[in-house]
Amino acid sequence: MLQINNLHATIGGTDILKGLSLTINAGEIHAIMGPNGAGKSTLAYTLGGRPGYEVTEGSATFDGQDLLALEPHERAAAGLFLGFQYPVEIPGVSNLQFLRESLNAQRRARGEEPLSGAEFIRLAKEKAALLKMDMDMLKRPVNVGFSGGEKKRNEMVQMGIIDPKLALLDETDSGLDIDALRIVGEGINTIMRKPDRAVLLITHYQRLLDLVKPDFVHVLAGGRIVRTGGAELALELEEQGYEAAA
Amino acid sequence: MTATNVIPLPTRRDEAWRYADLDALARVWGDVPQGPERITVAAGETLTKQIVLPVVMSGVSITDLDVVIEAGATFALHLLATDADYGRMSVNVLLHEGAHFEMGGAILGNGDQTLEIVTQVNHAHPNATSNQVVRSVLAGHATGSFLGKVAVARHAQKTDASQSVKAMLLDRTATANAKPELEIYADDVKCAHGATVGELDKAALFYMAARGIPPQLARKLMLQAFIADAFVSLNDDAAREAIETRALAALEGLV
Repeated sequence: MLQINNLHATIGGTDILKGLSLTINAGEIHAIMGPNGAGKSTLAYTLGGRPGYEVTEGSATFDGQDLLALEPHERAAAGLFLGFQYPVEIPGVSNLQFLRESLNAQRRARGEEPLSGAEFIRLAKEKAALLKMDMDMLKRPVNVGFSGGEKKRNEMVQMGIIDPKLALLDETDSGLDIDALRIVGEGINTIMRKPDRAVLLITHYQRLLDLVKPDFVHVLAGGRIVRTGGAELALELEEQGYEAAA
Repeated sequence: MTATNVIPLPTRRDEAWRYADLDALARVWGDVPQGPERITVAAGETLTKQIVLPVVMSGVSITDLDVVIEAGATFALHLLATDADYGRMSVNVLLHEGAHFEMGGAILGNGDQTLEIVTQVNHAHPNATSNQVVRSVLAGHATGSFLGKVAVARHAQKTDASQSVKAMLLDRTATANAKPELEIYADDVKCAHGATVGELDKAALFYMAARGIPPQLARKLMLQAFIADAFVSLNDDAAREAIETRALAALEGLV
């Protein structure tokens, strides 16, 4: 589904990714762990196409398409979902309006019919219930006045409604209390653990991986993947730290 | 449009005309109506009025109101300045005891447009309130200005006056002027004003793109939310929708 080959990326002239290669197949859940400054968020933003993140070498192919040649909104329409570490507040735009515009923009880009208001509300209610989010929060402006945990839960509601092929979740577990972590973990499993879906979890901690069991765990250090293993690698990292494991 | 204007053409030394397009004004000065349109809201009454600056006189549009709001009365004025090459709306308000003046204005400019709202709100008597909200979206080489003076007379105690002025610049070449001016002679009053000039939040634009919203639609959604502040105080739903529809059509031309 996603093939990243020898990816180099810079921000403001500073090299962050230095030859990162990674292949994610449909049906797989991958976790990327690594110390602060290793380039984890840069990987997520580079794949998402954030302005300022410049690819200087290498390639990324998503479902046979050159991902890096697409505009950010085209990447979303192609089926890529970027879960933000710090979800952005958008004053004056309600969550429901934001999500309906998002979903229908993607559907139009794929040549599908947009959902009607009633169809969309039904879908939004279903996904909000899955993540145990109050419908009233969906009527409020996007992320405005939400706690850190509520913002992350909102990301997962968005993921449920948009139903992407591949989710890149950047520290979706940070800022969550134990109950919210369980709800988010179950949400990821329900929405994304399917034969034609895939997930890349970026995380610092083992606790999310107890709930969403990864097929592969990668250690990212110095802008490239320095080690790959199974779920047991995360446990080893938790015990011994990154330096010993890398 | 008949008699030649006997009032001399304003100059930049006149504070209220500081940001005006005087060249455009000079071309039509002879046809500018002399003196303001007078409106009186009778004691205890409520009057609401929406004005979309009309385009007359070769792209120049001047609307000048002189409003008296009698005791306990309310005047709600909502303005949209977008169509003229040079558009000016000036409002002079006199508030009697316990009266209220509510104003919401949107300035949406592009190209070489110069659009301005100039208000003077006179709290001449006690217990009156006023609230002015202006939102500007400016692209190209457009200039949008708000000059708002609030004057509180010595015995106009318990005055509560506020102004909120925000401008969004879509291009580095656009200009926003915001000039709140307070002249307060009473000692028991509340006067608040805030003015900001900014650009669309890049982080929010990327967030919307990451959810599949194309850039033009993302800008439109954010600007729509931004200018909604100017019309939120318009209670008549049909009237609000009408002026918002006009504003949205103008926004389409900016994004």
